[in-house]
Amino acid sequence: MASLITCPHCGVRPKEEFTIRGDASVTRPSPEADGEVWHAYVHLRDNPRGLHKEYWHHTSGCRRWLVVTRDTVSHDVIDVSDAGALA
Amino acid sequence: MDLMRYSALSVFLNALRGNKSWGPAWRAPEPKPHYDVVIVGGGGHGLATAYYLAKEFGITNVAVLEKGWLGSGNIGRNTTIIRSNYLLDGNEPFYEFSLKLWEGLEQDFNFNAMVSQRGVLNLFHSDAQRDAYTRRGNAMLLQGADAQLLDRDEVRAMVPFLGFDSARFPIQGGLLQRRGGTVRHDAVAWGYARGADRRGVDIIQNCEVTGIRRKNGRVVGVETSKGFIGCGKLALTAAGNSTTVARMADIALPIDSHVLQAFVSEGLKPFIDNVVTFGAGHFYISQSDKGGLVFGGDIDGYNSYAQRGNLAAVEHVMEAGTAMIPGLSRIRVLRSWGGIMDMSMDGSPIIDRTHIDNLYLNAGWCYGGFKATPASGWCTAHLVANDAPHPTAAAFRLDRFKRGYLIDENGGGAQPNLH
Repeated sequence: MASLITCPHCGVRPKEEFTIRGDASVTRPSPEADGEVWHAYVHLRDNPRGLHKEYWHHTSGCRRWLVVTRDTVSHDVIDVSDAGALA
Repeated sequence: MDLMRYSALSVFLNALRGNKSWGPAWRAPEPKPHYDVVIVGGGGHGLATAYYLAKEFGITNVAVLEKGWLGSGNIGRNTTIIRSNYLLDGNEPFYEFSLKLWEGLEQDFNFNAMVSQRGVLNLFHSDAQRDAYTRRGNAMLLQGADAQLLDRDEVRAMVPFLGFDSARFPIQGGLLQRRGGTVRHDAVAWGYARGADRRGVDIIQNCEVTGIRRKNGRVVGVETSKGFIGCGKLALTAAGNSTTVARMADIALPIDSHVLQAFVSEGLKPFIDNVVTFGAGHFYISQSDKGGLVFGGDIDGYNSYAQRGNLAAVEHVMEAGTAMIPGLSRIRVLRSWGGIMDMSMDGSPIIDRTHIDNLYLNAGWCYGGFKATPASGWCTAHLVANDAPHPTAAAFRLDRFKRGYLIDENGGGAQPNLH
């Protein structure tokens, strides 16, 4: 994986400043949603071999949540966006 | 060439013939059009499943399909540790069953797997951790495993070179499982492959499964790089590629694939004669018979299929290692590599049927798959043969996530990179 991540707020920063949360493709259901829907949200993952959108927290920087698009085979980082801008 | 039984006499006679008469250990067959059981994945768990299907359950019309070569996945990439020191009821009987199978494995499959019960020592560093390890040791004893709590002096007598006087993580003692130890990992793959092959199982290497063909809600066979292969039952034992293979049958799994790195140092004189793990960080170490120190730590923490990791995790492992054994700072690392872990949402595995009647799943081993190999194979074979779970694997259900019966040893929650 690239050692440097381009944060949309802070610019080029070392990867170690970030904390990886995981899959950003799942959407939190409403509290009233069916148990099946919650099960899918909490547990089931696409786990793609290829491009993967994931939540990264810039823990040691601006502390914004970001969405990083990354290739799980080559580890190349394709895109970094602010999670709020995508919501 | 005859596939002979190995013995001291056969070694002697072959030595007299200049070791030119050894036959291959298993055949290289072309796939037949149909098998009673097809197993996807020729790693440790797939080969063990085939071996026990043939030996214990009398099902010999079996094929193991491996997309690479035998031992190319995690069975050849792990840190070779065996142990049964789990806390929870769903886990401990299974891992103790596995340890008992390890103890008789070499005689059972007539192959030298260098099973070495040199002891596994888990260090603790605080009063609270001593209490937690006491509880774990008692849970092990209740399930028929062995466990022994050592105080600081007893640990010092065993491994005097640890960092006992660390100001931050002083070593207070350890939980020792004497029956734990190490096994020559790729010999496990070879032994199971040879044993399965001798009983009629076809092991087909360089045969990648690309699709699962279904008809009327049942699996009828698999599309592969060597053409269609029909089957009566299909078992998936694809480890880090489990979600990829399960998706071919439209099954979503509670699994993320992560990379775990391992390391070996330059060869040294005998230095550490058991397995020691750090309690204040994730680090485990043993010494191979060639003299290299074999060690590892945490997963890197991001989804990966790359079989290689990053320097941040390397640095973390080295820091934990030198905190536990200060002398490690003088030792040079020879090699590092990565393996792809099928990290489940509770850190425990799945051995279960699926909603498709004749499709069986073995997955979610996280980074604990090697020690589980014999019991995993036995229990998966039991499930495939009888359509009922083996008693020690009954908790490893696929639907436990939906039903709330998680087996979460360390309370990490549904966050694979925390397990």
